[in-house]
Amino acid sequence: MTAKPAIGIPAILKTAFVNALVALVLFSLMVGIRTEAGASGQLTYWTRFGDLASLVAAVFGGSIVIELLRQWIGPTGAEKLVPPAVQSGISFIGRYLAPALLIFTLLVPVIFYDQRYILDLAILVLTYVMLGWGLNVVVGLAGLLDLGYVAFYAVGAYSYGLLATNFGWSFWICLPLAGILAAFWGVLLGFPVLRLRGDYLAIVTLAFGEIIRLVIINWQDLTGGPNGVSGIPRPSFFGIPLDNSDDGLAARLGIEYSPTHRIVFLFYLILALALLTNWATIRLRRLPIGRAWEALREDEVACRALGINTTTTKLTAFATGAMFGGFAGAFFATRQGFISPESFTFQESALVLAIVVLGGMGSQLGVALSALAMIGGFELFRSLETYRMLVFGMAMVLIMIWRPRGLIGHRAPTVYLTKAQAISSDLVKEGHG
Amino acid sequence: MDYFTQQLINGLVLGSIYGLIAIGYTMVYGIVGMINFAHGDVFMIGGFIALITFLILISLGLTAIPLILLVVLLVSMAITALYGWTIERIAYRPLRHSFRLAPMLSAIGMSFVLTNYSQVAQGARVKPIPPFITGGYTLHESADGFVIQLSNIQIMVVVTTIVLLGLFTWLVSRTRLGRDMRACEQDQTMAALLGVNVDRTISMTFVIGAALAAVAGLMYLLYYGLVDFFMGFVAGIKAFTAAVLGGIGSLPGAMLGGLAIGLIETFWSAYFSVEYKDVAAFSILIVVLIFMPTGLLGRPEVEKV
Repeated sequence: MTAKPAIGIPAILKTAFVNALVALVLFSLMVGIRTEAGASGQLTYWTRFGDLASLVAAVFGGSIVIELLRQWIGPTGAEKLVPPAVQSGISFIGRYLAPALLIFTLLVPVIFYDQRYILDLAILVLTYVMLGWGLNVVVGLAGLLDLGYVAFYAVGAYSYGLLATNFGWSFWICLPLAGILAAFWGVLLGFPVLRLRGDYLAIVTLAFGEIIRLVIINWQDLTGGPNGVSGIPRPSFFGIPLDNSDDGLAARLGIEYSPTHRIVFLFYLILALALLTNWATIRLRRLPIGRAWEALREDEVACRALGINTTTTKLTAFATGAMFGGFAGAFFATRQGFISPESFTFQESALVLAIVVLGGMGSQLGVALSALAMIGGFELFRSLETYRMLVFGMAMVLIMIWRPRGLIGHRAPTVYLTKAQAISSDLVKEGHG
Repeated sequence: MDYFTQQLINGLVLGSIYGLIAIGYTMVYGIVGMINFAHGDVFMIGGFIALITFLILISLGLTAIPLILLVVLLVSMAITALYGWTIERIAYRPLRHSFRLAPMLSAIGMSFVLTNYSQVAQGARVKPIPPFITGGYTLHESADGFVIQLSNIQIMVVVTTIVLLGLFTWLVSRTRLGRDMRACEQDQTMAALLGVNVDRTISMTFVIGAALAAVAGLMYLLYYGLVDFFMGFVAGIKAFTAAVLGGIGSLPGAMLGGLAIGLIETFWSAYFSVEYKDVAAFSILIVVLIFMPTGLLGRPEVEKV
């Protein structure tokens, strides 16, 4: 990890040796010694020098490999303009990959009808796709850094959960209500942060997310506190229940009842909601308000100079993003049947933000792909248990170093003279929104 | 009144710990302009290293408490500082000139790595230690039997914080390194042209920040008598809140913000409800930022077109 790549075996060995030495010091106490509280509360410890040695050896070997690779490949300069070949590739992918992906998604319940696990996973991925698209409005389009997006997810989930369990309202009435309430909270958050920029905005949204979570935990009379809300009704097919009763959907259609019906229904429900988000975002981008969002992202001062009302622009971005978060929350509640504050921690916000940024902020397809990769990858490593988050965190760091602008990091203009010329987002210097 | 004084003491002690962590946030922000989300976890690592060093020293048969404390302090500062250095090298330096969200995401990833690394390495259970520093003074005993206590550990936390703050102020305002740091804060390119080693200065910033976090970790361990792998998150968010409240980038602001958050938390728990103390701290942050968008001591950011 030297600044100037030195040439030759001795230099590589020296770097690897230094890295191994650093690793030895770093891991000496944390890995070499294991502490545990005994039965009487007395701390005991034992040594694990074997693990320590193998870790240090791994760092040594890994450094050699990395240094060799680095000398092989040589320094790579960042490409500023998207070359025509890549650009046609992107437009090709954009034109054909997205519809192909959509058709495949539509067919998932048909192909994997018998595999409950895959269906559940697909529903989870789609939930995060929807959340990613929702947050994309705030972060990707309007450039407002929101670290508390999960608050709106929580508002949506609790709106539906509480309205349904207390008043028996149906999912189809509560769904828009959840969205409206979440949008209302979005505006409420928007007001105090109107004057804030960049990182002050980040901390206030983070604080807001924590406030919502803490209030949910502590307002036990209303929300059940840490125990959460249970017994949330399952969604009905527009009033027709999806169960084994006589007036259930299966009985009415005269087919044999199977619990998979509900899963498939949930799958198409979240797919419809996600597509609604996507459609609304794409349409909004072409409306004046969407253009104002993107202008705000690039340069707030210029926006003001051009007479764009930044107050309403910011508030609508927050409200729109929050509304989609609320829809996703209501869906989450009806799917789980049980919600508790544990589902709405900062980790969730970070995960959704990671999906948006890794996907390439502003790119709808990129967000969908990165949600698929992140949630799917996260599930792949399920067998690793405690190591899973460790791997996940490392992957986040590595992907950011590899592609700081995300998977699809280019700016596709919505207005152009003769032909749309996408540019690499490295060229764009963003203002502090 | 007695109750108030007692809470004031408790709040100042808690605020000192927050302030020490907040300095790390604010220093890094001032120079690199990024939120180092992993800083709270660096604090946690510092606590763990202090705990393990304690265990080893005691099992070696050392009994002189001042000596043990000194060794623990030095070891945990040294190793945690190396953690800070390594994190900057691996996760932040490659993203130095990238767009502003990239290092932040990398920092969030790093924070996940550190939290789960210590969970995997040391287990998920809370690690308690027996109280090392006991005793204290009774400042005042009122007629109805309420006693204002000032324990030795509280004195130690506050004194250590003041000493470190003094050292640190001296470092920033009087030494070569401090001058380099201030130069990098103003303009990295210009500083580099004038012969400041920017990379080294930024590395040193992370090293100093991590060392201060290690001291905070040790103080936390001694004051509360326990560490666990998740404590970095909450403490980190509080300290970050403190840094923003004081005006991020401003060193006295970080300390002031830390004390403010510590006092708000303590008084809210004492007079209103323990459950909502964090809500109170965060709400006051939001209210302060509405009226002072750059915090208490922050300089207003002028954007040139």
